[in-house]
Amino acid sequence: MKTNSNSYTIIYSAVIVVIVAFLLAFVYQVLKPAQDANVALDQQKQILNSLNLRDLDNETAVAKYKEVVKAEKEVDGMKYYECEIDGQKKTVFSLKGMGLWGGISGYISVDADNNTVYGAYFNHEGETAGLGAEIKDNVNWQKKFNGKKIFKDGSTDIALGVKKEVKNPENEVDAVTGATLTSNGVNDMLKTCLAKYKLVKK
Amino acid sequence: MSLFSKQNKAAFVEPLNLNNPIMVQVLGICSALAVTSQLKPAIVMGLAVTVITAFSNVIISIIRNTIPQRIRIIVQLVVVAALVTIVSQVLKAFAYDVSVQLSVYVGLIITNCILMGRLEAFAMMNKPWPSFLDGIGNGLGYAMILFVVGAAREFFGRGSLLGFKIIPDAVYNAGYMNNGMMTMSAMALILLGCVIWVHRSFFYKEEK
Repeated sequence: MKTNSNSYTIIYSAVIVVIVAFLLAFVYQVLKPAQDANVALDQQKQILNSLNLRDLDNETAVAKYKEVVKAEKEVDGMKYYECEIDGQKKTVFSLKGMGLWGGISGYISVDADNNTVYGAYFNHEGETAGLGAEIKDNVNWQKKFNGKKIFKDGSTDIALGVKKEVKNPENEVDAVTGATLTSNGVNDMLKTCLAKYKLVKK
Repeated sequence: MSLFSKQNKAAFVEPLNLNNPIMVQVLGICSALAVTSQLKPAIVMGLAVTVITAFSNVIISIIRNTIPQRIRIIVQLVVVAALVTIVSQVLKAFAYDVSVQLSVYVGLIITNCILMGRLEAFAMMNKPWPSFLDGIGNGLGYAMILFVVGAAREFFGRGSLLGFKIIPDAVYNAGYMNNGMMTMSAMALILLGCVIWVHRSFFYKEEK
């Protein structure tokens, strides 16, 4: 076969591109429902994580989510979830922001006083493994948020944040070592998103 | 021809030691530096590269006689890119946790020099079965080094392996500290250099 002629080369490349395009479209179509289910389940797990219900397997997570989350509401395009754990009201606020390489997101659950953090969970799209990705992988770091206050006494500004040098241990959490820019991203995300919910301390 | 003839065995065993893609051919260094700060991503990455190298080798080997010489690199790239996309979609559908953990690195397998290197150097000239063995061998050769570097970096940088604490608190109380340098890519390069140095002085003699 003469494989070096111009027409052969052009036809060959056209054919291979069409084949690959159809193959990928087919794979995408076939796998889409399973992927969507995974994404939805993952989101429910993230919300449960922020309520300190971590490491649940799939079935328990679905059941627990139904039991705990009572209502899903929206303010200004930002979703929040009204939940109840052991008879106590908690609200989970969704967060969206920018890390170093891409988007970051998170959920933070707050006690009924709209001030005390009950738990937090963060996620990222493409932060560096072992550095920025620690905001998601390091559970102990997320647990540092538990019990922090969103507001400083006598102020309505969001005081909850992530700082390299913690001056107000009531409100601030230590940044992740080696991931200054991602930590700053989490800090900005907390400040801007929580402000959108117009929380009023009770 | 038997399935495990001498040449076929060589295609599989050589990349593990005497023709290792990282230690001897010095390919795939960039990803070896990027994903080895902890052991788990290093292992998953090694396995993903092994699977993709093996299958792209087989596909290119099957169609090798029809590929026009002038666009062979592009054809190879299309095959690799299609495979990587499929693997990443399949992971998303059936192993969501793993796919989330690897995030961008799955896509970056496309740019791994080992793949193109093996396609160009081996699959273009050999039958599918030896190409498959060659792909598996090279993938494992790559995974092996990632494992060693990842383990060393996680152990000295965090005092843990696969996320489990290895160094007891008593050692920290006695004044030991984790080496933060180990979590940076620069240390991966130095460790990799040490691995290559040890390998060359004990196993592999460069021809003079």
